[in-house]
Amino acid sequence: MRSKSVSLLLPFVGLLAGSVVVVLANPRADSGTIEGKVTYTGTPPKMKPIDMAKEPTCAKEHNPPEMAQNVVTGPGNVLEYVVVYISAGGPPSPTPTQAARYDQKGCMYIPHVLPMQVDQPLQIYTDDPFAHNIHPLPKLNPEWNKSQPPGAPPIETKWSKPEFIEVKCNIHPWMHGYFAVLKTSRYAVTDNNGSFSLKGLPPDKYTVTSWQEQYGTQSQEVTLAAGETKTITFTYKVTPYLY
Amino acid sequence: MKSITSVVAFFFGSLGLALAAGTTPCFAQTDIHFHTVTGPMEAHIGGLAGHSSDGKTLYRRFCVGCHGASGDGNGENAIWFDPTLGFAKPRDFTLGVFKCRSTPTGALPTDEDLFDAVTRGFVTTNMPEWRSLTNQERANLVAFVKTFSTRWQTDKAGTPIAIPPEPPAKIESILHGRELFQKMECWKCHGSEGRGDGPSAATLTDSKGNPIRPYDFTTGERFKCGVSNHDLYRIFMTGLDGTPMPSFADNIKPEEAWDLVHFLRTLQVSIKTPELGTFRQWVSAHPGQLKPIGQEAPPGK
Repeated sequence: MRSKSVSLLLPFVGLLAGSVVVVLANPRADSGTIEGKVTYTGTPPKMKPIDMAKEPTCAKEHNPPEMAQNVVTGPGNVLEYVVVYISAGGPPSPTPTQAARYDQKGCMYIPHVLPMQVDQPLQIYTDDPFAHNIHPLPKLNPEWNKSQPPGAPPIETKWSKPEFIEVKCNIHPWMHGYFAVLKTSRYAVTDNNGSFSLKGLPPDKYTVTSWQEQYGTQSQEVTLAAGETKTITFTYKVTPYLY
Repeated sequence: MKSITSVVAFFFGSLGLALAAGTTPCFAQTDIHFHTVTGPMEAHIGGLAGHSSDGKTLYRRFCVGCHGASGDGNGENAIWFDPTLGFAKPRDFTLGVFKCRSTPTGALPTDEDLFDAVTRGFVTTNMPEWRSLTNQERANLVAFVKTFSTRWQTDKAGTPIAIPPEPPAKIESILHGRELFQKMECWKCHGSEGRGDGPSAATLTDSKGNPIRPYDFTTGERFKCGVSNHDLYRIFMTGLDGTPMPSFADNIKPEEAWDLVHFLRTLQVSIKTPELGTFRQWVSAHPGQLKPIGQEAPPGK
């Protein structure tokens, strides 16, 4: 009886050991990449220049003025600041211990969209010689609002539920950004060519999701074989209005 | 076959009837369907226990008109509240975000905080005080309000911030408070004289995007969250969550916070506070010694 149960268990143990070996001994050989672009069809809204006259230091620093960043387009009908991430598939990703960093500099949030994983430490810095208030507007996580005068240490925090959180400064109402709090650390934000690349993915069936602050989420299924690179495109239908 | 069709027809017919009934305006108060998200809740105010099952009846009678059957602040009266005229929309209880708290920013208020808010109401808004209800009734209402957001199931109420004893409001304290008012840039919204007319005042919105005005100290009106110096201390150290008013707890030391309280009292020119008397006396004895509050001239000018 005992020998039977052991023999029954053996294949599982073998399977487990095998997969551990694959992960530990050979992390890269079979890992693949999902890359591509985020594009749009239609007429995007025209971004307006940001009037920073209320904060003369910033108005001086941004000359010509910065444009609003709700919908940032590039040549070839591409969209910048789109978060692309693995929403299903692959092994679970451990919570990074390295803090995600968000900066307030010259009355702008840098980066405009900051992806991070649930429970990953988040540090919010200010470089500006005047006060800001950091006011994230979550729906699922607790909303808070903190003042950060010049020279104040970074605000250290984290978010415990996945959510796209708008961030604003009430003193400088043009300051507007997002925390993309995700269940994974497999994410990318499109650059000014609209490009993204998700590397180091073990073979699996994945759901890849993109998120743009005006146009929301889209998802695609991608099956990745060992060592394979697949190219996908997300296309948003845009309208000339902000909502 | 025929019998099946008739059964199906009967089913859909009655479904349609049910749907129609559901969309009929509820004139009879008893027809209101409450969309609470949690089971029964309790509230504890000192030794007093409130029960949501009892609070429901009171809510239906006194609160539903503005705060709505699902507690989202969209009651039938809500459309008449115009934030552009300074009248805040009714609180949306489904968010679990509250202005008047003794707890740090981001934390849930205590049951006492909610009880106090219901009791005192919100001056400058359409929320009246509810002293007309008994303590038990208000405790029951607090318990019921907690059923609209799942936050009360997953999170605990925060721990009230520690407030050191108030030192005397001497002139040194007032002047230091004035420096803090400049340094923390309170004037950006509240204005250099506390009139609520700072450079950022006009663009302020609450977390739902509705316009909101900064408090005008010169009116001498009650604060949003109370009347006492302790209430004032709590307001800027915890922040008024859901509004542009942030918490300063990370950057103002507890003992310094009293200095700011004492200075803020000098802005209430219409009610002539003792702090204002002390301050005016000092100013008349030291003419031209105070730098004006507000935007400092850029270096080199």
